[in-house]
Amino acid sequence: MDFLNAIVLLLNYIFVPALSYGSQLALGAIFVSLIYGILRFAYFTAGDLMSFGTMFAILFTWYFQSAGINFGILPTALLAIPFAIIITISFTLVTDKLVFSYYRMKKSPPVMLAMVSIGTMFVTQAIVRIIIGPFDRRFFDGERFILKANEFKEMTGLNEGLTIKSTQAITLVVTIIVVSVLFWFLNKTKTGKSMRAYSDNEDLALLSGIDPKKVVMITWIIAAVLATIGGTLYGLDKSFKPFTYFNNMLPIFAAAIVGGIGNPFGAFLGGYVIAFSEILVTYAYRKFFVYILPESMEPNSLIQLLSTDYKFAVSFSILVVVLLFRPSGIFKGKVL
Amino acid sequence: MRQNLDVISAYVIMLGLIILVGVFQSWNLALSILCFCLISAVMTMGANIQWGYAGLINFGIMGYTALGGLAAVLVSVPPVKEAWQVGGLNMILCIFIIGLIVFTVRFILKKFEKSKKRNYTIAAIIIVGLIFLRLISAPAIESIEAVSPATTGFLGGMGLPILFSWIVGAFFAGALAYVIGKIALGLRADYLAIATLLISEIVIAVIKHEDWLTRGVKNVIGLKRPVPYEIDLQAKEWFISLIEKFHQGTLSLITDALEKEQMLKQLVIEGSTVFVKLCFAGLFIVVVIILLIITQKALYSPWGRMMRAIRDNEEAANAMGKNVVKQHLLIFVLGSAIVGIAGAMMVTYDGLLTPGSYRPMRYTFLIWVMVIVGGSGNNFGAILGGFAVWFLWIEAAPIALFLINLFTSGLEETNAFKIHLINSIPYFRYLMMGVGLLLIMRYRPKGLLPEKIRHA
Repeated sequence: MDFLNAIVLLLNYIFVPALSYGSQLALGAIFVSLIYGILRFAYFTAGDLMSFGTMFAILFTWYFQSAGINFGILPTALLAIPFAIIITISFTLVTDKLVFSYYRMKKSPPVMLAMVSIGTMFVTQAIVRIIIGPFDRRFFDGERFILKANEFKEMTGLNEGLTIKSTQAITLVVTIIVVSVLFWFLNKTKTGKSMRAYSDNEDLALLSGIDPKKVVMITWIIAAVLATIGGTLYGLDKSFKPFTYFNNMLPIFAAAIVGGIGNPFGAFLGGYVIAFSEILVTYAYRKFFVYILPESMEPNSLIQLLSTDYKFAVSFSILVVVLLFRPSGIFKGKVL
Repeated sequence: MRQNLDVISAYVIMLGLIILVGVFQSWNLALSILCFCLISAVMTMGANIQWGYAGLINFGIMGYTALGGLAAVLVSVPPVKEAWQVGGLNMILCIFIIGLIVFTVRFILKKFEKSKKRNYTIAAIIIVGLIFLRLISAPAIESIEAVSPATTGFLGGMGLPILFSWIVGAFFAGALAYVIGKIALGLRADYLAIATLLISEIVIAVIKHEDWLTRGVKNVIGLKRPVPYEIDLQAKEWFISLIEKFHQGTLSLITDALEKEQMLKQLVIEGSTVFVKLCFAGLFIVVVIILLIITQKALYSPWGRMMRAIRDNEEAANAMGKNVVKQHLLIFVLGSAIVGIAGAMMVTYDGLLTPGSYRPMRYTFLIWVMVIVGGSGNNFGAILGGFAVWFLWIEAAPIALFLINLFTSGLEETNAFKIHLINSIPYFRYLMMGVGLLLIMRYRPKGLLPEKIRHA
């Protein structure tokens, strides 16, 4: 019984939160990785593009709410996502046309493009703050829990409860759908294959008649879709605040690099690597050991490897270790 | 010759703008803008050495700035004796353990062949070391932080004059840069950017949460200044007579003795804040000029030529027998040390360390905007970039207000759209920075004052 309790404890405080946080990171990391693979630069606007998409999801949610439209037990924001995606896509395509395409034509070094993306980062941040303000916003509605702690305790008779928030379930389901569609697209369709070819070897791809404009456009569209979905899911699960989104850029980059940059599947797994390690290292294991150890050996300290203040620092240290020992990432991306 | 003219006119315009602020807003504001411009200029010079001379991207500026600030605290604050008594010994022991771990790991790395066994041994040593560290430091940290937590709760510093911290800060930042350089300099440019950005976040996390060292988010306040305090000045005889002389014209117009005295008092109070800021500005100008002379000399020395050769064609320089890796590490350390000086200067000026305020937007990306706008590879350009961008950053709000009022003059005061815009004025500075950066990169990619290319 104690053993089961210990398992449920870990599920509740580590596995479920890490899985949903990891999914949100993974969506971001995939598009950062795609942009890196195809457009060949580090896209520093990543976090702010997510907040841009989320902002429009929130605005449409408010509009739907005021019009009396809702999605039953699911959050209204899910209805708003497609509209937000359309706006985000037009935003990425416009910035590409106005800003990035010029440097691509000139074949500027990647560093230059990364610097330019810092310019767009400032602009995007300003737009988000001017339109919706820098404040914390919650926009979740609908049914909050799928499984409540008390219900679980009654059902199983265990001491520990297992809580599953509906946002966590939604995150997981949406991520699975989006990622499987994306990988189907990249691996099976002609356009997807041409994108991978372009990423692997630009010259050969151009030689075999692949239209670079189309490849670039599709990349930006995918980036906008993933950014909006990932950002909205994060906002539903926690809350929306532009500054947090900007900060999320850092673990997203960590995930993309750990997974092997330029390799979308690696980035996907990298998201979970980062999320799990962040939570595993900063969790206080005391209660867990109370359950599994005999009473005489019960620990009296928290058994916490690092305090939660160092949550971000953990993922960055992992990144440093990976850079040192396997610069191409765990799942073999481009060697840098 | 033309280029020199460009430089001079650019600086004259910049100074003119600051004087305009002094005339139209207040001299106090103008001088504080000038001080921060000078600090920004030092930071920009540090980043410019790395980027302009060697083509290294360092997005860890925030980390070095914070370390410089930490140096200011550790140098100037008097030691907290009680805290040292309860936990000092343990903390010193911890430093020894860290040193021991580093040396054993280095020893093993040098002595043994690369193998799986070696990796596991190193991992085991680090883990065992960390456990020991934790066991020794945890009770000590607890008792240190318990020493009157409202005012101290940390070890304090050495109680030396704060000016020393400018040098100590440089050493701190340089040491960190050495470690980071060893780890990350082999990476490709944009990777280096990301890696340094993330490492600087780790540095901030440590400074923010190790209360026994920095008081963390509780902030350290009341650092000793290298210049006089306003209150002391206001009581000094010579200062009052100086102000009297300075304002003789206005004072002589007032006939009533009592009124005259009050007016003088007012002027003395105003004058004291301006005088303090002038002192700071003087100190900062000295630093900027010294650094400028050194960097200019370095740029046109054989060493500077070698650095540019490495930047422009790494392989060729390597083939000529130049040790690229070593030179990169050297310049990375030097540039970061300069940023460390700026960090210490800033904390000295503010008189307080607020670890919570170090954010990448302000301390990394803004500095990069300065470097790009000013002109990479040109020290005069870097300083100008620091001045121009900081000036715009501060004056963005009034400019935005003016523009909004201009464009919405047809709308009523109660118009919801106009009110919304006016409420979000603070965020227009991001917009200006972003658009400014994009425009400069598109139409003047070498910056306002481009690098001078000398043909022999």
